[in-house]
Amino acid sequence: MLTLESLVSGYSNARGVVVGDVSLTLPAGAFVCVIGRNGAGKSTLMRTISGLQSALSGTVLLNGLPIAEMSAIDRARAVSVVTTERVSSPGMRALDVVQLGRQPFTDWRGQLEENDQAIVAEALAAAGASHFSPLAVDSLSDGERQRVMIARALAQTSSVMVLDEITAFLDLPGRVEMMALLRRHARETGKIVLLSSHDLELSLELAEYLWIVDDGVLKHGSPDELMASGALGHAFDSHDVAFDSAAHRFRLRATRA
Amino acid sequence: MTATQINAGDGMRQTRGAFLLFFLALAAVTAFTLSYGQVALDANQLWSGLFDPQSDPVSAQIVRDIRLPRVATGLLAGAALGVSGVLMQALFRNPMADAWSLGLLAGGQLGVALVVTAAAFAGPAAIAFLTAFKGIGLSVGALAGVALFAVAMVALSRRVGNITLLVVGLMLGFTVQGLVSVVIHFANRVGGRVYSGWNDGTFAATTFDDLAYMTAPIALGVVIAIGSAKGLSAMLLGETYARSMGTDVRRLRILVLGAVVLLVAPVTAYCGPVTFIGLIVPHFARAIARTSQILPLLPLAALSGALLAVSADTVVHLPWEQHFLHLNAILALAGAPVVISLLLLSPSLRGSA
Repeated sequence: MLTLESLVSGYSNARGVVVGDVSLTLPAGAFVCVIGRNGAGKSTLMRTISGLQSALSGTVLLNGLPIAEMSAIDRARAVSVVTTERVSSPGMRALDVVQLGRQPFTDWRGQLEENDQAIVAEALAAAGASHFSPLAVDSLSDGERQRVMIARALAQTSSVMVLDEITAFLDLPGRVEMMALLRRHARETGKIVLLSSHDLELSLELAEYLWIVDDGVLKHGSPDELMASGALGHAFDSHDVAFDSAAHRFRLRATRA
Repeated sequence: MTATQINAGDGMRQTRGAFLLFFLALAAVTAFTLSYGQVALDANQLWSGLFDPQSDPVSAQIVRDIRLPRVATGLLAGAALGVSGVLMQALFRNPMADAWSLGLLAGGQLGVALVVTAAAFAGPAAIAFLTAFKGIGLSVGALAGVALFAVAMVALSRRVGNITLLVVGLMLGFTVQGLVSVVIHFANRVGGRVYSGWNDGTFAATTFDDLAYMTAPIALGVVIAIGSAKGLSAMLLGETYARSMGTDVRRLRILVLGAVVLLVAPVTAYCGPVTFIGLIVPHFARAIARTSQILPLLPLAALSGALLAVSADTVVHLPWEQHFLHLNAILALAGAPVVISLLLLSPSLRGSA
């Protein structure tokens, strides 16, 4: 169970508060899609929840324990992270990357035991990355790299997975596959998955819980609730496009000029 | 998964084979360079020189007093530089990083030049001390210079990209070269000779006492390197990922930087700025181990660094008619083409560095 208590995320410098005062609770197995316009503060919010950035105020609790106060190892066992950052290192194979996911559980040398190997193999299979695991990361396509990074997060077996814009480099089938995979993972293992995406229509279709970051405020609910309340329109409508709740998609506004 | 397991096993077997080859090659090169030089010794003379000095005092003096300290210094310095290269490339996430390319050695050069000049101002006694106890006197300057430049480069690396950092490192080298020639101008002739003798880079200027002073910090640096290996492996994915996998990045950065200084500064102080070893050796290690995880790379980098250093030193000390070869010239002849082909042939380097 993940609980946000009056969480305010942002920076202590001039940028100030980015997303204000969020209080909510997510049950185990929740699959959350986080949407919002560019620069709305999705990444800041997600970094704060992951404990990679300290909150301006408020706390994030995992099963009652504040994530920000955990030791580095405990936090790594609680939350795994996938970003769009492009990973590249000479000689590094996909398998090496996924094995690094076991670091919170291995000894000082990072030596993998038999059950670690099994978890790594399972994670590779779940992310559909087994067949290119012996290859150098540098030789993989963007989509394959993203699968490797997701396999690494799966291998970390943390209670919460936070994935920021990971589908940005994928084509449409790739995106659907990746999001469906993560949703299945949440359902089957009881992990909480937070996924931010630019892909609005896909998020509406797949999300169990939808978070809209809009103008410093987080609106949350089921996709249907948020569509009905007009929160979606408020966040995304512009001069040229408007959300059509009946069709679940954006339409060009009839030209008025 | 079977494919992966077979592959990992291959790497392991290859590593074991490589260890054996490295030891054999090291033994062969060491035996050769101990017996061959201005005076050539045969196997019997080498044996009695090493293990039975009473029966053959001349050979014993050549082998034990002249050649052995030089070879031991080469082994130690090469291993230290190899390990430091692995640390630097992982810490900076830059496959072309090492103490030389990022300007740390330039810091050492500046430090030593300042010490020499300060000694010249302090008077003949100070210069006499420096000539007699070159290692200790120059250590202070080299240590301070390397440490200072290392901290500066780490701070800079958080603001600029890899290529910019490398260019800055090389430009620092040129800047220091210019500064040094101005600074040394104020030192007297003896001081200038001390500096330029040091600056050529050689393993031949050390005694067994010096070796003891070199070994202590290098051993500590290696221990820290081994302890930091797990965190450095995580750092290959970048700071965010490393933190998310439980690495205390701040602490790791300080530890690794400390280890680099402990490994590089003593070598620089006693042997002068030694180029290329730290830059190319990690690439050999990665190719042999077929992994980028840091821990298995460390012994391979140490061994191949030692082998490269002793081999280059062997070439330097062949009985040339006119002795004009410098260690760094040989290392550049071997190292620069390797760097160029790495840059041209490796897909990741073509893109990122």
